[in-house]
Amino acid sequence: MIVGEPKRFAQVKGFVEPYRKILVVGCGSCATVCLAGGEREAMTLASALRIAFLREDREKEIVEDCVTRQCEPEFLEPLVTRVRDEGIEAVLSLGCGAGVNLLAERLEDIPVFPGLNTKFFGATTEAGVWVEMCAGCGDCILHLTGGICPIARCSKSMLNGPCGGSKAGKCEIGPDTDCGWALIVERMKRLGTLDQLDELAPPRDWSAGHFGGPRRVVREELLIHASEDNK
Amino acid sequence: MKSGSNLERVLAAGEFAVTVELGPPMDCNAEVVLEKARLLKGCADAYNITDNQTAVVRLSSIAGALLIMREGLEPVMQMTCRDRNRIAIQSDILGAAALGIRNCLCIAGDHQSFGAAGRLKGHPGAKNVYDIDSLQLVNILKGLRDEGRQQGGDPVETRPPLFIGAAWTPMGDPVDYRPLRLRKKVAAGADFIQTQGVYDVEQFRAQMNKAVALGLGERTAILAGIIVPKSAAMLRYMDSSVAGVTVPPSLIARMEAAKARGGDDKQQARVEQEEEGIRITVELIEQVREIEGIRGVHLQAIEWEKKVPEIVERAGLLPRPTVAAA
Repeated sequence: MIVGEPKRFAQVKGFVEPYRKILVVGCGSCATVCLAGGEREAMTLASALRIAFLREDREKEIVEDCVTRQCEPEFLEPLVTRVRDEGIEAVLSLGCGAGVNLLAERLEDIPVFPGLNTKFFGATTEAGVWVEMCAGCGDCILHLTGGICPIARCSKSMLNGPCGGSKAGKCEIGPDTDCGWALIVERMKRLGTLDQLDELAPPRDWSAGHFGGPRRVVREELLIHASEDNK
Repeated sequence: MKSGSNLERVLAAGEFAVTVELGPPMDCNAEVVLEKARLLKGCADAYNITDNQTAVVRLSSIAGALLIMREGLEPVMQMTCRDRNRIAIQSDILGAAALGIRNCLCIAGDHQSFGAAGRLKGHPGAKNVYDIDSLQLVNILKGLRDEGRQQGGDPVETRPPLFIGAAWTPMGDPVDYRPLRLRKKVAAGADFIQTQGVYDVEQFRAQMNKAVALGLGERTAILAGIIVPKSAAMLRYMDSSVAGVTVPPSLIARMEAAKARGGDDKQQARVEQEEEGIRITVELIEQVREIEGIRGVHLQAIEWEKKVPEIVERAGLLPRPTVAAA
């Protein structure tokens, strides 16, 4: 899932300060699962904002909503309609960055603010803990490293790790960070494939990732004009 | 001869090599570097100039190398993968070679979150690079030197004559994998190796035996890293906080005893520990020299370069050999 954390309340309050009618909108997918920006969080945040402004003798109209996913235009349509119909002046999105971007695009002249700090692609390892596991590098090499990603889980994204900073299975950056390469070596030992690491992994072509520029994926067969051609 | 550097010639002649680390300043004071160079002249076969070590901005390794060359010292430039991509790295290497630098140590580089272990501010928010890792770096240098080819494939007409070095942390975790990874570095093209600091000689010997069994003693020149201890606190800190460095309790006990000899006199306690530290250093040098596969030592006296002449003298490493160019 895409893992995010709620932004500091003071910062978020500052975003919506200039507006009288504000919509707080949660996302029913990743943001819900990582307990950062789902329906419940949207309601709680809306309440907290109302109270905070009331305390300052400033009344704001703060309404809330939640959609299945903020990264799909179909799910945003009702929101766009609501914003227009109800004269909403600003939107606080609790979706991931992708949701905020798309919502901002769809709302055009209504400001959209991020309520979350979107962190990474990851998974839950234990209740209350989410760990970064994928860097979205665009050219997956997990078949080479026992299913453990050296790009996302090594602080130096080494492809021929571990470096000399690995200590008792932890990374030099801190005791809370596992050494990705210690995990890889252990896993491949267990799989009996450690010798595959003898071969030098060459310098990577990073252009498939973000370093090559903002990316897009196009599935030709799904494009509207394509289906029209087939009629 | 791959580079014709003094370090390469000394090793090729079968001599026990000595390299010494020289830390550049955090400003542009060239005199600091020149003074250290004058102090250290004659102590080693080549001198490492660190590259923004612990991710602290310092006068660059290449500039430092050039400065010590003015005093007649041969540099080992250091190149980390943290701050430069493959384009800048190759560019810097070609420039260094054009300026007469021959030895290059290829390392990954401490993560920028370090800031000298919290003692300095550093730049923990900097965007790191790590476009390539240290093994790929070794291999790229080999490609430039032996195939006259840049990493991307473009030709290099005048090839840089480099003596390529890499680091080894023999007691790093996971410890079983370390000799295998060394083999990978050697296969990638590492001509010489400088290890992380050794205090536990037996543990180091065990790892060296594995390296020698893999044939690595022949294929590369391994120099044992020796970090000069100044105090019991320093030894304890390294043991607990520096990855790949383990200090036997007996050494810490010796330092504690030295400190105690100073009694309440803080100055005296400091002096006693420093003297004990030099004794320990000399012993370590003598001990690692006996280990099969060790072809030299890499001495690190952090911000204590002034003690190096005494140390190399007492360890019987002087005078340094003069090996004529072929």
